[in-house]
Amino acid sequence: MQNDRLAKGGRIDRTRPLRFTFNGRAYTGFAGDTLASALLANGVRLTARSFKYHRPRGIVGAGVEEPATMVELLGADASGNRPVTTVELREGLAARSVNCWPSPAVDLGAVAQLAARFIPAGFYYKTFKWPNWHLYEPSIRKAAGLAAAPKSPPVGGRYETRFAHADLLVAGAGPSGLMAALFAGRAGLRVMIADEGIEPGGALLSRRLSIGGRPALDWVAETVAELEAMGNVTLLRRATVWAYREHDYLLVTERAPDRTGLLERTWRVRAGHVITATGAIERGLVFGNNDRPGVMLASAVQSYVNRYGVAPGRRAVIFANNTSAYTVAADLAAAGIEVAAIIDSRSDVPAEARAAVPGLPIRAGYVVTTAHGGRSLRGVTVAPRDGGEAERLDCDLLAVSGGWNPAVHLFSQSRGTLRYDDSLASFLPGDAAQSTCAAGAAAGAMELEAALASGAAAGASVAGVMPPDTPTAPDLAYAVTPLWRVESARGKCFLDLQNDVTVEDVHLALREGYATVEHVKRYTTGGMGLDQGKTGNINITGTVALAQGVPMQAVGTTTFRAPYTPVSFGAVGGLRDGPLALPYRHTPLTAWNIAQGAVMYEAGARWRRPGYFPRPGEAMQDAIDREARAVREGVGVYDGSPLGTFEIKGRDAARFLDHIYTTVMSTLAPGAGRYGLMLSDDGLIFDDGVCFRLDAQRWIVSSSTGNADAVHRHMEMLLQTDLPDWSVFVTPVTAQWANATICGPKAREVLADLGTDIDLSPEAFPFMSLRDGMVAGLPARIVRVSFTGELSFEINVAPRHLPALWDRIMAAGAPHGILPVGSEANHVLRVEKGFLSLGHEVDGTVDPYDLGMGWAMSRKKPDYIGKRAVEIRRATGKMRHELVGIIPEPDVQIPEGAPLTPGGHRQASEGFVTACVKSVAQDRWVGLALVDDGHARHGEMAHVRLKGGKVIAVRITRPCHYDPDGERLRS
Amino acid sequence: MMLIPCPFCGPRTESEFAYGGPVRPPRPDPATTAEADWVGWLTEVPNPLGPVEERWCHLRGCGSWLTLWRDTRTHAIVGGPQDAE
Repeated sequence: MQNDRLAKGGRIDRTRPLRFTFNGRAYTGFAGDTLASALLANGVRLTARSFKYHRPRGIVGAGVEEPATMVELLGADASGNRPVTTVELREGLAARSVNCWPSPAVDLGAVAQLAARFIPAGFYYKTFKWPNWHLYEPSIRKAAGLAAAPKSPPVGGRYETRFAHADLLVAGAGPSGLMAALFAGRAGLRVMIADEGIEPGGALLSRRLSIGGRPALDWVAETVAELEAMGNVTLLRRATVWAYREHDYLLVTERAPDRTGLLERTWRVRAGHVITATGAIERGLVFGNNDRPGVMLASAVQSYVNRYGVAPGRRAVIFANNTSAYTVAADLAAAGIEVAAIIDSRSDVPAEARAAVPGLPIRAGYVVTTAHGGRSLRGVTVAPRDGGEAERLDCDLLAVSGGWNPAVHLFSQSRGTLRYDDSLASFLPGDAAQSTCAAGAAAGAMELEAALASGAAAGASVAGVMPPDTPTAPDLAYAVTPLWRVESARGKCFLDLQNDVTVEDVHLALREGYATVEHVKRYTTGGMGLDQGKTGNINITGTVALAQGVPMQAVGTTTFRAPYTPVSFGAVGGLRDGPLALPYRHTPLTAWNIAQGAVMYEAGARWRRPGYFPRPGEAMQDAIDREARAVREGVGVYDGSPLGTFEIKGRDAARFLDHIYTTVMSTLAPGAGRYGLMLSDDGLIFDDGVCFRLDAQRWIVSSSTGNADAVHRHMEMLLQTDLPDWSVFVTPVTAQWANATICGPKAREVLADLGTDIDLSPEAFPFMSLRDGMVAGLPARIVRVSFTGELSFEINVAPRHLPALWDRIMAAGAPHGILPVGSEANHVLRVEKGFLSLGHEVDGTVDPYDLGMGWAMSRKKPDYIGKRAVEIRRATGKMRHELVGIIPEPDVQIPEGAPLTPGGHRQASEGFVTACVKSVAQDRWVGLALVDDGHARHGEMAHVRLKGGKVIAVRITRPCHYDPDGERLRS
Repeated sequence: MMLIPCPFCGPRTESEFAYGGPVRPPRPDPATTAEADWVGWLTEVPNPLGPVEERWCHLRGCGSWLTLWRDTRTHAIVGGPQDAE
């Protein structure tokens, strides 16, 4: 029963009841309700438990400022930690409170309240640090509550992103934002105006005001209609401008845009100008037990009464330090709700304010010292501010107003400065850093007529037209005298309801030396909740200022960061989801591989590649063994197309390769190639590859698969910035060539059987050379390189020819038992040979000598990238990690990355295992490792220490477990 | 998300670019440079509070590297890039 629904009024549709559940109980509300207003209409006051102490909490605000009640939405569009005041009611909505179990009324975590005095700020930092935080984290996280992330993405909709350009972006469609958009739109600017609310109007929706002698909402409706009729204006509803980034780039997320099938749409807007017409947010007051359910922001009370037709209480007390709450008292009285008293901390109440509440009792110079009641408010104790006799007033609603903070979040995000204004007792936008200006209450124009004029002036200024006249709009003059906290308060005085931060916590932080407001924030967590302290941060600044005896401007604010309100991951990702997030790259053989039952891997740079080809019922390791053995004993073939490939040409190409590789390339004859290491300026290995000379000025160069883009960028940067007068052109041709690499002792026979006009004899076509010709009737380039340690022919063809070539190879190789080879077997073969792999042995910390490849460092060349740095570093003689082979004894697998420690003791590591494979050549597990001073330790034993303390002894060997002289690959 | 002026493509959004770091002095001649100076060139990277000359690559565009001046306090692009003309 909606017992607390007023008989009439509100912008709800009483003909459209909506059913919903909260914490498992069924209720009804109306279209136009938020979950918060519907709960209040149903008399639900206890809606949450607090984060740390599990104190009972209710609904405090009416919009994005809500600090107390977060809910988790259940069902198809599950999402966690939504402020209850921002959840639009819909049929079948199911929600539950966070931070409590099983319910806010029966919360087993509430025992924390008993221990509250032992959990001051910094308690967790001080207490749960030995042996480390991670031991305690899981159970503390569980106790701390907040909703978990949904287990699966929401169904029944998707997210998308749009890009937009606008001459003017207006954030907020309250009175000033609408005015700004109206005059800029009329002047012909491309205007985008976004408002976070269900409908435009901002604060006008919650108040009873007039513009030009007619109801203000009539003016809103007319203005919205005019804006929507303009082709150059885009009006977004339910759309929050949540980030203001560099160069006037803003992010706007629109919830449930009109067309079906979209959950949220994020607009990425580059604006010529931005007007932040974001309004103002009311702040709370700080007194004892100021968190009891029934203590609400006065503006929220006004919103529930006027906009939603809800009575949040039957007997109200108002507690304020400013005039705005007097309009709330008047609206409550008009709705038939008893106002027991207006407690005003100021001694002098303006006559205009008194006149707004005829007949209501006003206690000037009084404060509320404490609120009474547990799960709901039962009364308050009031006393003269300067001391005197206290008195208890019964009430079930306390509407508090500590004044108003202009919502400077976006302005501050844009890096504009803030200045403290004494007359408004709040921070206002100062100097703009981008094409930004604030308008309306966000600029400190707190009364309606001033806000309208401010918006009109801002819009006209951007449009370059004369500021128009704006209509009359009477409003109670705003006057405030700050009251950062009630000093005679009794009970816990909360500054940040969401994170349970009290005045005592701030004082503790100051005593312990956290003397700036940024440090206070981090130590107490004040302002670090989902609400980002929208109602409470100013009181923290005030509390610090009072304690330190310095002005507010000197204390300042904490940094306003994006997002302004919580944003879902889906809204950030948009359509970049699943396979679209980072599309795979395919070679021409993906379909064949999948048809053969290959288990597909990613082989760096998003290339899809077969990992191994299991036969029915065959275990993974057996399949890998079979493929690797085929290469060692017979013949195998793999698709090497993803390998990064570049064509480099130009007068200075040879000189350039000499500059970027450690070996001498320029002496190569056409058709010959050489292996080289590419170093960074600091003398560490960046990549390795082979360079083949095609003719005097043309080369083919390879790079690691996953590093191809970085190598390309590196070469281009050198050529474009450091060496602009060198005549060299780099063309990535990775996808212009596809290849099948036949490898194994029988590779030459298979290639001969395919039919080729190239002389395959070792004398005519030696290792590390390249020949162009015909293979199996297809134009091809054969390269004799080897990544397996066996005789290999890399047959490069146009990608469209690869499937045909592949079929011919499989047919020609069948009599020799040819097998397709996946990347797992390739890994076994390269580890047996001690060949490098980027990300394994080459991890950005090693130089060529560390890997036993000092021979690749040319001494002939006076200079090349990295040479000097390697020399300087090696001259220090410091111990280095050096590459070795390891043989586990006993014969067991060792996980990649496992540390080696001296004697296997619990000590700092002396190296780590980079790879460990089941060798088919040795029929046992072998590996590679980077170990301190490894080259001098061949033959010694070392020890791998696994998680849990298990120790495995390994024999250190040279880093080549097979054919160390390379006779087979040269054969 | 900055708007970076590419000399070939015009103003383009930052996500099309890769950052290339601040511009260091030209690479010295190793034959005539003392070890300490070489180490200095290698390790001392400009990091001013204010305008810094830096490189960007229009990676998802024309592929060109460009040099501009960016104010590290405001992200305002205060100079460059050198125009093609």
